[in-house]
Amino acid sequence: MEKRVFFKGWKLPVLLVAPQLLISFVFFFYPSGQAIWNSLFLPDPFGLKTEFVGLDNFRFLLSDPYYLASFKTTMIFSVAVSVSSMGIGLYLAALADRLIKGAGVYQTLLIWPYAIAPAIAGVLWLFLFNGNIGLASYYLQALGYDWNHALKGDQAMFLVILASSWGRISYNFLFFLAGLQAIPKSIIEAAAIDGASFWKRFGSIVLPLLSPITFFLLVVNIVYAFFDTFGVIHTITSGGPEQSTTILVYKVFSDGFVSQDLGSSAAQSVILLVLVGILTVVQFKYIERKVHY
Amino acid sequence: MVEKKKSGYWLTHLGLILGVLFIFFPVWLTFVASTVTQDAIIQPPLPLLPGSEFFENYANALFRGAPEGYGAKVPVMKMMINSAIMAIGITVGKIIISLLSAFAFVYFRFPFRNICFWLIFITLMLPVEVRIVPTYEVVANLNLLNSYTGLIFPLIASATATFLFRQFFMTIPDEMVEAARMDGCKPMRFFIDILVPISKTNIAALFVILFIFGWNQYLWPLLMTTDPDMKTIVMAIDAMIPTGDDFAHWPTIMATAMLAMVPPIVVVISMQKFFVKGLLESDK
Repeated sequence: MEKRVFFKGWKLPVLLVAPQLLISFVFFFYPSGQAIWNSLFLPDPFGLKTEFVGLDNFRFLLSDPYYLASFKTTMIFSVAVSVSSMGIGLYLAALADRLIKGAGVYQTLLIWPYAIAPAIAGVLWLFLFNGNIGLASYYLQALGYDWNHALKGDQAMFLVILASSWGRISYNFLFFLAGLQAIPKSIIEAAAIDGASFWKRFGSIVLPLLSPITFFLLVVNIVYAFFDTFGVIHTITSGGPEQSTTILVYKVFSDGFVSQDLGSSAAQSVILLVLVGILTVVQFKYIERKVHY
Repeated sequence: MVEKKKSGYWLTHLGLILGVLFIFFPVWLTFVASTVTQDAIIQPPLPLLPGSEFFENYANALFRGAPEGYGAKVPVMKMMINSAIMAIGITVGKIIISLLSAFAFVYFRFPFRNICFWLIFITLMLPVEVRIVPTYEVVANLNLLNSYTGLIFPLIASATATFLFRQFFMTIPDEMVEAARMDGCKPMRFFIDILVPISKTNIAALFVILFIFGWNQYLWPLLMTTDPDMKTIVMAIDAMIPTGDDFAHWPTIMATAMLAMVPPIVVVISMQKFFVKGLLESDK
């Protein structure tokens, strides 16, 4: 798409693009290039000399059981966060869409958690499940269930999934509600006149019509779970116990800054870069398809 | 909607109310915990209704800071000011550079235009978390650690806003530019007097999204601020919780958590219309 009418001259536009290009170069291209470059070297821990090792960092990573475990953790975590927050979001949106009056009120009541930082969401749920003082863990203990997410990996995983999905419901709710409200009421009414029940209509008409938005949300939520949940993990578990909640982006941080293993951290950055690239391409393919619907 | 069964109507409300309660519950408990004494918290279960220490706890947090833990004794007021500077800096910075470059891409032809466009397009893909180690080195080499510039600028390098404005400018009828040019209007005059005013709604929508994005930054300020006076509220709260949980002063921590949530929530609720628009459009 291009404008037919435009202004003449090239100095002004170059000047106008310059700030964004400059910032992109200094804080984006140069660091990304550095990440790729560093991934081919093995620095000694004191930073005195570096040795070119080619793809050894990658080879080492892909045979490192901790890294592969982190891969698996990330997959479980991101699928669980996406599915649960999208499921609850869709459920609430479907209910709100049934209302003639009041959908707006519920929208206001449901969307504000979008504004809560993942790290703060982590603190809220940590407080609730704190082993000594948490209300939830108190009642779980009273029921005879031994809650200790600081020691038990599966409980820690459950807690970070819960905290990450909780803050994400509003986003999914909003998109699903917009999608539902865009479906012409006449289609639904026609099906209702033919005697289709609510669930029948939902399964065979509404869901298929929502599939583009569902797919879009799936990609966006996976990207969210991959990167934006860093704060949740850091506040609640710091990747533990025994690395059971160390997702890939957390490992880049802990290997790079905590263990100072710069070559490995850079190689991990490059792998993540490729993953984000793939997800972005998938997302844009989807947008193109949607335009030509 | 279609059917008129009473039971279905009430079940719909019931389902939604349960959802709202699930969303509210952790925040409500945090609020309760921020209004009671330390003793009430360390002897569970926590009461479900607010206590009487509201002013005491919030005044403590705002002006004195947490009594214990790493980053203690820094008044939360100072952190909130830092967060506000960072959030507004990121928001305003992104909006200005994006408006300028979108204007250039849509209304001009210049050498390497397509290459520039693709270079900016690529930055859409990579969150700061991925290139965090080398970005830290760049900022350290520029001597920008513990500075507002260092907090703000690396996060401005993203293309979302540029694309949003570009898309919006594309929908503006060509007659506008033609008329302006015929009247001898210079490009920058057109930009300031016509383009920016008609982009008001889009600017407001982006403002909400970017403000939340900026205020909620966590990893970046965590890495690059070592000076207690430069801490932002979202990153500092984690440091208030010492590893031995018993010594944490929970009422202050929870008051801080409330204070960290309030500004972005106020922005979302008060600008709800723009927020919904910004969210639905900026991620597509």
